[in-house]
Amino acid sequence: MAMDPSEIKALIKETFPDADVEIRDLAGDGEHFAAQVVSKAFEGLSRVQQHQMVYKALKGKMGGELHALALQTSVPTD
Amino acid sequence: MTEEQVHSRIRDAVGSNDVMLFMKGSPSFPQCGFSAAVVQILDYLGVEYGSANVLEDDDLRQGIKSYSDWPTIPQLYVKGEFVGGCDIIREMFQSGELQSHLTSKGIKTAAPTS
Repeated sequence: MAMDPSEIKALIKETFPDADVEIRDLAGDGEHFAAQVVSKAFEGLSRVQQHQMVYKALKGKMGGELHALALQTSVPTD
Repeated sequence: MTEEQVHSRIRDAVGSNDVMLFMKGSPSFPQCGFSAAVVQILDYLGVEYGSANVLEDDDLRQGIKSYSDWPTIPQLYVKGEFVGGCDIIREMFQSGELQSHLTSKGIKTAAPTS
């Protein structure tokens, strides 16, 4: 089942209102995406914890209808 | 098998293998590009690791996700601790963090130091 990039972005923004979110549809098939999420909410957390927060924001879609989401998380540098 | 039984099997596996990879397929025949990427990194580093194929075991396939609260496979464990999936392992490898993490846990790597 394909997902719209804007749908993914909206779900992430819901949990991380301050976040800078960039979604790329890697294969143009609506199933393989890359996401970059930059948010202050990640401060002081391990990468595993940061990614877990994003997966939670996606409400179980990850591993389900979202087969592939290459995820990169970071804290704003400025 | 109950979830608790599966979790106890996983605890045994990550307890008896210093480096343990839960993957789709086997190291010699990965059946998913993400699992293959992690295998490639571990082989490049010359690390000894145990592996389990979740495609052969549906209890494990579901149980590993609740064990680590992580929705995807592969999953890499070092000394019983979940380190990450494909994205994190790749990122850590590229920054040299994976090598230093392994070394700090007393695990031998054969990789050339950069």
